[in-house]
Amino acid sequence: MTEPLKIADRSYDSRLIMGTGGAPSLEILREALITSGTRLTTVAMRRVGTGTRGSILELLTELGIEILPNTAGCLTAGDAVLTARLAREALGNSWVKLEVIADERTLLPDPIELLDAARTLVDDGFTVLPYTNDDPVLARKLEDVGCAAVMPLGSPIGSGLGIRNPHNIELIVEAAGVPVILDAGIGSASDAALAMELGCAGVLLASAVTRAQRPALMAAAMRDAVAAGYASREAGRIPRRRFALASSPSRDESPAF
Amino acid sequence: MNPITVLVNGEAQQIPAERKLSEVVDAHTASRSGVAVAVDGEVVPRALWPEHALAEGARIEILTAVQGG
Repeated sequence: MTEPLKIADRSYDSRLIMGTGGAPSLEILREALITSGTRLTTVAMRRVGTGTRGSILELLTELGIEILPNTAGCLTAGDAVLTARLAREALGNSWVKLEVIADERTLLPDPIELLDAARTLVDDGFTVLPYTNDDPVLARKLEDVGCAAVMPLGSPIGSGLGIRNPHNIELIVEAAGVPVILDAGIGSASDAALAMELGCAGVLLASAVTRAQRPALMAAAMRDAVAAGYASREAGRIPRRRFALASSPSRDESPAF
Repeated sequence: MNPITVLVNGEAQQIPAERKLSEVVDAHTASRSGVAVAVDGEVVPRALWPEHALAEGARIEILTAVQGG
């Protein structure tokens, strides 16, 4: 029933994009990834010897899940561009989830650095998927410089606060000619379903699953919520009314007691 | 030739002046797969590591993919 998610020249039969951060172990991550049905998954780039090196790539290769490197932790356009280029060299992959954050406390995107980095990377041949504020103007400008999708936050990374400004997400969706992926802030399945009902093409989440008490069970909930939200949007919901509208035939056809 | 000091992932290290980038990378990581290197803020493609000479104070960053995002 669900149409594939199309980004640039690729298509995915899941509209849930998973991040791999925050999982307590690779085994738990593995189970969650499989259950989620995700076809595209983010990784970060870090100095060798500082993380669980190698193993995450082996796991994703084994599971046949495409890798989307990110530029997490970068505070300037220059750092993000260099990180994206290193990821391309390391992974042979010119797709990037572009993150340029303003500070460590909020992890909110720095819009000026983000747009600058997006322009540079698009010109350098990258397929750029920017993590952005829920700002319709910035989203439009990111599309204008050639980004393949826009990925507005629902609320700050890892906060689980859901979608704080659904109206802005709707405005972004209405104006966008590229897929809109709700990225960051998802806490529970209803948040993911709402994102899809607002018209998002997909949902990207990590912490909501990897830091849940039972990650694989939450992965199943998110998988189903994204599919249900998409179907609900496609089905065309009934208009909201102020008063009731009976679903049974009128009284005229009722028996006369 | 006198040894030179370079920064490898932020740590100062003395190396012979004639040492090439590929040797520095191999000394730092067991596997080259999934690894990328920048020197002084520019990516050095893998194929160029064996000839890439290093200058005093060179900043070498050796990165790989980890869980994240």
